[in-house]
Amino acid sequence: MERVILHSDLNNFYASVESLYHPELRNKPIAVTGEVELRHGIILAKNQLAKKCGVKTGETLWQARQKCPDIVFVPPDFEKYIKYSEMAREIYAEYTNQVESFGLDECWLDVTGSDKLFGEGKNIADGIRKRLKKELGITASVGVSFNKIFAKLGSDYKKPDATTVISRRDFRDIVWRLPVSELLYIGRSTGARLRVYGIRTIGDIARTDINFLQSVFGKPGRTLWAFANGYDNSPVSDMLDTVPIKSIGNGTTAPRDLESDADVRIVMRILSESVAFRLRKHGFLCSTVQIWLRDTRLYAYQRQSRLHSPTCVSDVIFDTAFKLYKQHHSPDIALRSVCVRACGLSRDENRQLSLFDAPITRKQGLEQAIDGLRERFGSKIIVRGIMLTDPKLSAFDPGNHVIHPVSYFK
Amino acid sequence: MAHKVYVEVDARFDATGGVTPLSITWTDGRRFEIDRVMDVCRAASLKAGGQGMRYRCRVLGKETYLFFEDPRWFVEAK
Repeated sequence: MERVILHSDLNNFYASVESLYHPELRNKPIAVTGEVELRHGIILAKNQLAKKCGVKTGETLWQARQKCPDIVFVPPDFEKYIKYSEMAREIYAEYTNQVESFGLDECWLDVTGSDKLFGEGKNIADGIRKRLKKELGITASVGVSFNKIFAKLGSDYKKPDATTVISRRDFRDIVWRLPVSELLYIGRSTGARLRVYGIRTIGDIARTDINFLQSVFGKPGRTLWAFANGYDNSPVSDMLDTVPIKSIGNGTTAPRDLESDADVRIVMRILSESVAFRLRKHGFLCSTVQIWLRDTRLYAYQRQSRLHSPTCVSDVIFDTAFKLYKQHHSPDIALRSVCVRACGLSRDENRQLSLFDAPITRKQGLEQAIDGLRERFGSKIIVRGIMLTDPKLSAFDPGNHVIHPVSYFK
Repeated sequence: MAHKVYVEVDARFDATGGVTPLSITWTDGRRFEIDRVMDVCRAASLKAGGQGMRYRCRVLGKETYLFFEDPRWFVEAK
């Protein structure tokens, strides 16, 4: 039986939610931006009017202002966006149990078995759009197709507030004409490499010999070929499925440049504590610590190190992260952003016992006691002395708004 | 353009979890009985800016929308 897959993309999501709450801004170009004082001042989302002026996501505020002098900047409200994303998922769930999120604003739905109840794919897509508009006050573009990749292409095809059907009969006419950059997982560098071989459209990829693509790109080359030919058969996961956690990390762009070891120490401490807390919350130990650093020239790199024995103690994670930083970073270049990540996860209940672990277990007990205090009385109830040396730098809370990135390949 | 006005509402919470607004107290203290709730659904208020459970109510013979934007109530004032 032919599958019916929908991909729903909430148009200019953050900006749409903000214009819903600010009707006075509805006819003005607006952009949701990070906080300038904290040096997070980039465009996170923009509405159609701002898009028309050429404003792009990720640009700095002054660049946007240059292109569009009347633009209104609005601060983000992530709690609201998460609430709207959940409400949208509630609507999807009325049509099928197979709903798979791809970020806050995108979802795949497999409605193959729902046609007797709700009609064919296009009817369901139109119904969903109508309900999103009426009940949440935001619009969506929905793609309807027989696989996830083409459904996603469909939702990008016509915006805003539209349904695009890509069937097995007509996908060559619609999809194959599109430039390669439209296909999921073709970014700037893959696109440039394809261009070298004269491959410009998705149809070009589909008509290229699969073995040639493999020789250039390795295994992903085969995947691209399958995507382009409509052979993607990955399922839409069930709502109740949880994605296995592979790593836990926290990062931040500091409110000012981190010029000394002391500055880096403060930020890494907070990040390590948050990572360790989340490891314990999920019952994990990590065997590898990874750091990601970006300096003031915006040059970024990452380094990692294996631990002697798996841990969820923030002291160990911090010491390893700081050691990596000292080893690899040149002291005369200030840092702008830092991320600490724990990988190589294993379950705490399967812990390999060690003869030398006694003091570590005590530390873990201590940290668990601190977790308990913080859960009951807030994160500021107990802090390390080092945080008080620079209250401005240590003011951020990495657990504040956590939005997990997702990968298509799980 | 309509604007959003938060109001005080007396409501009945029944045992099944249903909520029925009974009266609205306007910002100047005047109280209006709700004669009937005709329809309840989740909806956005594009006029006033907001979203919540929308109660289509009859007050003094006129139809009006009352929104429950958890935990506050608002009306679309002209």
